[in-house]
Amino acid sequence: MPDTDPMRVTVLVNGRREEVRTERDTALLYVLRNHLGLTGTRFGCGLGLCGACLVLIDDRPAYSCDTPMWAVEDRDVTTVEGLGVSGRPHPAAQAIIDGQAAQCGYCISGVVISAAGLLAVNDAPSEDEVRAALDRNLCRCGAQNRIVRAVLAAASSLRASRDSG
Amino acid sequence: MAGSGEARTALPPSLAANPRLGDWLRVLPGGVVEVRSGKVELGQGVLTALAQVAAEELDVDVARVRMFAAVTGISPDEGTTAGSLSIQHSGAALRVACAEARAIYLGVAAGRWDMPVGALTVQDGTIAAQDGRTTSYWELADDRLLDRPATGLAEPKAVPDYRIVGTSVPRVDLPDKLAPRPRFVHDMALDGMLYGRVIRPPSRGATLLDVRAEPAMGAARRRDRRARREFPWRDHRTGGGGAARRRPAARGREVAGRARNCPMRTICRPSSPPRPPRPASWPNPPLPPVRRRRRPRASHEATYHRPYLAHAAMGPSTATALASTAPVSTAPASTALASTASAGDEAGVRLEVWTHSQGVYPLRRELARALKLTEDQVRVRHVEGAGCYGHNAADDAAMDAALLALAVPGRPVQVVWSRADELGWEPYGPAAVVRVAADVDARGDVLSWQHEIWGNGHVTRPGFGRSIGLLAASHRDGGEPIEPAAEPPLERGGGAGRNAVPGYAFPAYRVMNHRLSVMPLRTSSLRSLGGFVNVFAIESFMDELAAAAGRDPVEYRLAQLADPRGRAVIEAVVRQSGWADWSPAGSSRSVGHGIGYARYKNSSAYCAVVAEVEAVTEVRVRRLTIAVDGRPGDQPRRCREPGRGRRDPGDQLDAEGTRAFRPLYRDQRHLGQLSDPAVL
Repeated sequence: MPDTDPMRVTVLVNGRREEVRTERDTALLYVLRNHLGLTGTRFGCGLGLCGACLVLIDDRPAYSCDTPMWAVEDRDVTTVEGLGVSGRPHPAAQAIIDGQAAQCGYCISGVVISAAGLLAVNDAPSEDEVRAALDRNLCRCGAQNRIVRAVLAAASSLRASRDSG
Repeated sequence: MAGSGEARTALPPSLAANPRLGDWLRVLPGGVVEVRSGKVELGQGVLTALAQVAAEELDVDVARVRMFAAVTGISPDEGTTAGSLSIQHSGAALRVACAEARAIYLGVAAGRWDMPVGALTVQDGTIAAQDGRTTSYWELADDRLLDRPATGLAEPKAVPDYRIVGTSVPRVDLPDKLAPRPRFVHDMALDGMLYGRVIRPPSRGATLLDVRAEPAMGAARRRDRRARREFPWRDHRTGGGGAARRRPAARGREVAGRARNCPMRTICRPSSPPRPPRPASWPNPPLPPVRRRRRPRASHEATYHRPYLAHAAMGPSTATALASTAPVSTAPASTALASTASAGDEAGVRLEVWTHSQGVYPLRRELARALKLTEDQVRVRHVEGAGCYGHNAADDAAMDAALLALAVPGRPVQVVWSRADELGWEPYGPAAVVRVAADVDARGDVLSWQHEIWGNGHVTRPGFGRSIGLLAASHRDGGEPIEPAAEPPLERGGGAGRNAVPGYAFPAYRVMNHRLSVMPLRTSSLRSLGGFVNVFAIESFMDELAAAAGRDPVEYRLAQLADPRGRAVIEAVVRQSGWADWSPAGSSRSVGHGIGYARYKNSSAYCAVVAEVEAVTEVRVRRLTIAVDGRPGDQPRRCREPGRGRRDPGDQLDAEGTRAFRPLYRDQRHLGQLSDPAVL
């Protein structure tokens, strides 16, 4: 029997400890969007197939639409809102704006999460590595190649800022 | 006004239908031009493109243009945003309207300074005289100046004078989407908003008899002191159970459920099994012989098909609605709400709907019709949704939300379809079979050509048929099924027949469309309607004929193509792709290349593509070289409306812009699952 009793679940979202009153098997996505108002994470397919709902859980990209709250209790969740540094967008988001690498933009939060997850562990990815990292993200409009170029550009700007800093 | 005595420009149709200049733009004292279009942002970047048109004619920086999302009663009525016509329609109207607004403001300045308009210049909204005096649109801003119908007396800029149109400017919507700030209809969070769900039978052909919502809704009921109420809701603010006070208007077959993804058992009775579509002429009606000038040497025939295609949008169809007895929130000052008193007003109901529909006015008309309200009682506001590639379920979700909102006046209701709702009930792109046959002469050139299509119609949008084109309306007691689509005339782009007429200079051709009147799935407009299966058939068959004649596919096409612009895109793509010198990487026999050519709708942009394709365990497009000629004479920017679709050069087109030709290169390799199993 799934545990559907209402209860409080504690989760760390973007560095903040959040206590949410919900069922333990409620999807993380609904808590983010409806309880916490973090609407950058998108509902796409609801089936863990399209990548629009990706968030970082302990720094690894994961689908929030099929991750129940009990699975993220006391774990570190980062949404696209939490990626920016001191009010500036994450380098991947900035590179996507700079390269106009989105068409409708519905998938793009998930893309930024995948890119951030990649760049956190590999700041000099090859194009193939970028494509592999974005493999879980669907874009139905056709912006894939622009997105790949933007992520590669983000990687080089990250390296440049690191070298200069 | 500039140049009295100048010839009057004929007003573009959109402007003629919505002639008041103030409906198209307002100059605000703060240095902003508010521009309104009846066309809506579907992810194609149209608001940015239209902002460029306005900025160009007004001589202001694009950053000063604020695009206003379409709202009924305020925005011009430009019907549906479809058919790659937004720049042609709305762009043309804005071009003339903004040129006239510029002339009006210049006229005011000229009058003030007592000098001719021709002595004034405008730069970024600042109006300057040769003697150094300056003023600006912002200083002169006055809504009354544009409270007049367009005359067509102000001459828009000549194409060679364009400085903004045809350049790449950043999309106006992307910063919000990357920040991210709420911008999608799914992000709406109104005070007291409830979530509603409509339970439908699992597929067409089934009738819903009962819904067993236990145990999904049991827990909520137990918690809910108002458990006696039949239709619990999800309360946005608390996450707890709310409840609809009244049974929603749609009795029996539709009930509002608690949450989108609650498992619900639906008890259904299948209706009579769907009849397979069999037109009287199936499979091949005898065609009368085509007149031939020469004796054919050989005859060829091939058949092509496409399956039903799901729309498969990235995001679910969604809408929010609010019913109230108070007047719908009033519009900005300059806008005139249509007159209010009418029969339906007796009920005093006002309905406001937020939707990602392709047409706010057509949806308003259809909602009013379905709900027996007057149009004045309904306000439809466009809010962006996920990328839209044709008629999706946005309008249906709007009807769902409207029905539920009417059941709980005063509480906004949001409906978000599930993926199962989408795949079960959204309009599909119709399946089709295309048979092409040709007689050829001794060289292999075509003497006569026959093209036949079997398939459902493509346009069942709200407002396009006799029956109400909204799903919930068809499901209500007494509701009529949504009728199969009619075939629009070719002059309007056609439906199944789009691009079926060959663009080649064949001595004789015949095109027949066998319209199937039984609709096993609900079908409607997707992408280029019949365009892509017809082009696929024509171009594939051209390859068959070239191969049979032992001729190069490019040479074979050029030999039979008279249109100079068509020839030019083929020649450009051949040159840029290195067609003549091409050889597969290594000695791989699994890689090949080929060419395709079409002019969209036989009346719009020309396009030729060379594809390098690899077929091992799967077919992969390794490289596409694309040449586009989108110059339509008076509106070279139309091509900038990015193509929509994952096999589409929109990637480059909207980024690079285009003047006449711009051969484009693109390595289209897999990024993620390009082959969405739901799609092909």
